[in-house]
Parts: sequence; structure tokens; C-alpha cells
Amino acid sequence: MKKSGFEPKILAFCCNWCSYAGADLAGTSRIQYAPNVRVIRVMCSGRIDPTFILRAFQVGVDGVLILGCHPGDCHYIDGNYKTARRIHMLKKMLSQLGIEDDRLRLDWVSAAEGKRFASIINDMTERIRALGPFVR
Amino acid sequence: MSDVRIGVFICHCGKNIAGVINVPEVTEYAKTLPNVVYAEHNLFTCSADGLSSITRKIGEYKLSRVIVAACTPRTHEPLFRTACEAAGLNKYLFEFVNIRDQCSWVHMQEPEKATGKAKDLVRMGIAKARLLEPLEDVEIGVTPACLVIGGGVAGMSAALNLANQGFEIYLVERDKELGGLLLNLNRLFTSDSKAEEVIVPLTEKVKNHQNIKVHTSTEVKGVAGFIGNFDVTLDQKGEEKKIKVGTIIVATGAEVLKPVDQYGYGDKSNVITQLELEERLNNGVGDEQNIVMINCVGARIPERQYCSRICCMVAIKNAVLIKENDPRAKVWVLHRDLMTYGTEFEKYYQKAMEKGVRFIRYSLDKLPEIVGNNKVKAVKVYHQLMGKEIVLPCDMLVLTTPLIPHEDNQDISRMLRVSLGEHGFFLEAHLKLQPVEFATDSIYVCGCARWPASVPETISQAYAASAKAAIPLRRGYIRSEGITASVDEDKCSGCGICVLLCPYNAIESQSKDGKKLAHITTAQCKGCGTCGAACPSGAISMNHFRDEEILAQVEALVI
Repeated sequence: MKKSGFEPKILAFCCNWCSYAGADLAGTSRIQYAPNVRVIRVMCSGRIDPTFILRAFQVGVDGVLILGCHPGDCHYIDGNYKTARRIHMLKKMLSQLGIEDDRLRLDWVSAAEGKRFASIINDMTERIRALGPFVR
Repeated sequence: MSDVRIGVFICHCGKNIAGVINVPEVTEYAKTLPNVVYAEHNLFTCSADGLSSITRKIGEYKLSRVIVAACTPRTHEPLFRTACEAAGLNKYLFEFVNIRDQCSWVHMQEPEKATGKAKDLVRMGIAKARLLEPLEDVEIGVTPACLVIGGGVAGMSAALNLANQGFEIYLVERDKELGGLLLNLNRLFTSDSKAEEVIVPLTEKVKNHQNIKVHTSTEVKGVAGFIGNFDVTLDQKGEEKKIKVGTIIVATGAEVLKPVDQYGYGDKSNVITQLELEERLNNGVGDEQNIVMINCVGARIPERQYCSRICCMVAIKNAVLIKENDPRAKVWVLHRDLMTYGTEFEKYYQKAMEKGVRFIRYSLDKLPEIVGNNKVKAVKVYHQLMGKEIVLPCDMLVLTTPLIPHEDNQDISRMLRVSLGEHGFFLEAHLKLQPVEFATDSIYVCGCARWPASVPETISQAYAASAKAAIPLRRGYIRSEGITASVDEDKCSGCGICVLLCPYNAIESQSKDGKKLAHITTAQCKGCGTCGAACPSGAISMNHFRDEEILAQVEALVI
């Protein structure tokens, strides 16, 4: 059931070469999107230790988004493949903890995809809004 | 941690940030945060005033960490880092918070939420800054040679520019001859000079230059190594050759779209592209009396939205040449806007009209129609000013099509780890500030590989790219950021997971006092963080993106 007035807090890890650049492109193109996301910049999505994500949920973040380069296009050759494996495993663990699948999302955004970045943020915001706040 | 002194500088960026975000409010908020001893806001923090203010305040307030909240680190981080260094503060003690490209510009209708987001982001940036440590850059030697991929006018101009400065160049061209697209052209607008007058002398100079090693019928098969030190494998008809270069220039050009199944192309014998018309004109103009040209075929349509910039001028030039050859010939150019933007282009267009070339505008919702069976006999077009459909007799139908990216741009993009843009052309680091380089150091791009360009534009870009490539070649080194991994040998268990994961083989297992330990070669480390994320012992620290720094940002998200 939707909680009225609930504004999701979403954390997005963006990699410097693709998704962070894509996010900047959304800005240069003045594409408007939901103001619920806070970006943490990393050099590669492969930097993301699953414990960062667990910590985010622990402190009360409602949704976590990992955005990396498209498979095959990773600036560091295959960092994103490792991310994919790690997140896949993490999701299995989260489901056993009763955390809804939609709260953690892994997606790929290239440096040329400003529109795609915005639409992923909007989509994630609405999904989390429908799920309600993360309950510890 | 209590001795850290943080200074915060928040930028208005004119109205770009301040028009949405309440900058004074965010500044006051910053002052309330622990360890912040100074905060100010500036109209343009990147201006000379703003930069000198940062340098001065570091001294005045004895700041040990600096935050700038402004546009995006991708353009201005180096600038502010330099301002810190000018005050004697290690440049890695600086953190950039993005409140424009990722805040004010994208939440323009929600100023309160944007201001709240800016406060959150500043708080997160400060949380990281508190934990930042000083770092040193890594100096990497550069192999004193350059690889130019593509032997057209772009590649050759760039190669010559560098070779004349004394550098060793490898020029690789996949066709059996140098020259690229210009080999197929007749005359160039607006001078009407023959294409061969440009390309033949250029090719001769390149072939005779002692510093340029030309490899035709050759493709780039693989690129290994790291910036400033590339190991490139070339393939010449099955025979492999390995070369070592320090910089790479991508000048692979583009190709002309063949409009298959449009307006009878491929089916009717008298329908050709402008490129095919160039070949015909080269061999002497035919005796066609009624020539119709249709512009924007396959361009500026939903499936391919861009304008290819140069084709209008190509069409107008060819129309003028046909008319000059035979003033009785009738030439109609059907267009959807005419892009005559460049030096003397408008004058050339006037000349075309004076010579009797007729220009008719058509629109996407009322496309011209061809009439004829084996050949096109006529073209029907709705004349907007007359308000009715007219029928143009036609002996030859010329379709003006755009330049499109080569299919194998994808292969080069993967080999070099450089980005492609939305339409498949190569994507430069920044359209305005870094137009001929990639986000990756020591790799550059010029000419139609980047975006459709005329010959003068291509040559300018080639000069620009080669000038930029000369910098690391001349200096002999590239300064690489100190964002690398380091191993705490006390914590390392010798498991070897990191060794397997490193994409650059920068980690090896070494024996020290009988204990197996991971050893990282810093010059080869790119700082991706894959090893750091995987290390089960927490022995690997990713400088400038350490676990504690990232976790501090995560924890600061929620107050």
C-alpha cells in the first residue's frame, strides 16, 4: 500500500566513465528527473563491495542503484562483469533476508545515454515509492 | 579527525545553479557541519577571482581539506586541484560535489527539493573529504611514437603534423591505397578545386617522409598495454606485426549511406548517390538534361535524426558543376532546409541560384514520388509555395545521403576502450572543452570518425588532435593520477584472488620471508577497484576511493 507523502531516498553508485558521464549528459541536455537520487561516484562499478550496499540499507536508504558501463564496454575491460556476478549473488542473499528484489537494481548506462539515465532514475523512484520505506 | 579543517566553496555558476538552488542557504548549512571552519559562495568559482579566493583562504584559515560544490568534476576537478596545489595543499585533499549537471539542471521545477539534495550532496562530500589522505601522482614514461589509424585526409594531415616535429609515426590504412573518401571525389566546395589537388600532394609527402611508416592493407587487430605504452598488433592480410606506441589518433572517417530501396535506388538504373555522381563527374559529365536531386535521404528522419552537415553543399556544388558544363540542363534540388553555414557557403548558394539551379522545399509528411519502371522518368513533388503537386521530368535522380559511422567503429571502440556516441560516431571527452581527445589519456580523434566534417574542418581537427598528441610525446611522460591500489602486507593472506581479477595483470603473487603476498605494480594499476572490492582480508586499499571514504558518503546520505 502506498504511503502518502513518502519520498524515497535512493543511492546510486555511478562509474566515472559511463554512467556518471551519462548522468552529466542528462544535465547538459536539461532532462528533468525525480530529485530522490544521491550519486556516489566511483571509478568502476567493479569497485562496489556488497558491504557498501548492505550498509546503505542499514542506515535507512530505501533503494540502491548500481550503474555501470554496458557489458563489453567497461573502461577497465571487465569490471562490470564482476559487478554483475556480485550483485547477482547479493540479490539472492537479500531475498533471504526478506528485502524486496526491486530495492537493489543493477543497470547499464553509457556516456551517451542521458535520457536512459533519467528514465532509470524515474522508474526506480516510482518502484520504491510503491514499496514504501525500507524497514530495518 | 578533530584536527581536519574543511573549507567549502559553493558556486552560483551565474544563474545555472543559483537560479534553482538557494546557494546562500546551502552555504550556511555547510557551516553547521563538523570540521567545516570556513564556507563561502562565489558567482563563478572557476573564475580568476574564485580560484585565487580558494588559494588565499587555504592559507588564511589553514584549511586542510577543500570542497567545491559546482558543475561537474569531469570538467573542472583539475582546475580546482591546481588552485589547492598553489596554496601548498596536496591536490588529493580536494573533493568536488556536483550540484549543477546532476542537480540544478535536472530539477529546475523543484527548487526546494534541489536545495535539499544539494545539502545532502555537500554533506556527503564533506564526509568523504574528512577522511581523504594526500597522494602522489604516478609518472609513466611515454613510448616516443604515435599510431594514426586511418590514411585519409584526417589521418595523413595528423601524421604529417607530428612527423614534421620529429616524432615517429605509424600510419595504418585498411585499404590498399592512402586517400580515403577524397579518392572518390571530383571537386571540393567552395573552391571547386579538384579533390586530387588536395589528396595527391598530401599522399606524396606522407609516403616520402622519413618519420612516417605507412602500412596499407593493414588493420589494427589488438591493443594491449596502458596509456603512453601501447602494444599494438597489426594485421596485414593475415601477417601479424607488433608495434609499440605512446599515443594513438583515431582518424578512421565515415562512409556514405547507400539508400537501398529508397526512391528506386538499387532497382532503377538511373538512381545514384552524390558519391556515385562524383565518380561520374570525374569521368566527364553525361548528357542528361533533367537532373533531380533529393536531399536528406536517410537523414533527419526518426531512425537517424542527425544532420550530416556537408551534404547540402555537396548537392549544390554538383548542381553548379552540371549547370556550368551545360547551361541548358535543368537541375532541381529538392530539400528540407539548406545547411549553408560555412565560410562563403551562402555566396555559393546564391551562385547556384543565379546559374538557374531550382530549389524546391519538401516536407517529411509529403515525400517526393518517383515515376517510371526500369528507369525513373519523372519525380512528383508537392511545391509548398505554389500549393500544388508538380511533376519534374527526370533523366537522372541523385540522392543526397548522410555520412554514417563505419560498422567496425565498435571494434576500435572496444580495443581502445573509448566511447561511441548515440549515433555510432566516436564520442569526444567534451564537445566544447576537449573536442579532439577521448576521456582516456593519450588517445585522440579527428575528422569524420568523430562527426561529419568538411575537408577544411577535418584538417583543422587533425592539426588539433596531433598538437594534443605531441604533448605527451614531447614531454616523455604522462602524469597518471595517484588513484591506485595498495596492499597492506600485514593483512594480506596470500589467497591470490586479486591476482586473478586484475584486468591489467598488475598484481602478482610474490614470496616474502616465506609468506605469499600480493604485489601491485603501481605504474600498471588503473585504479578500477575490482581487487579492493574482492579482497576478503580487507588488505587492499583503493587510494582516494577507500572503503571508509565510500562508507562515510553512504552513512552521510541519511541524516
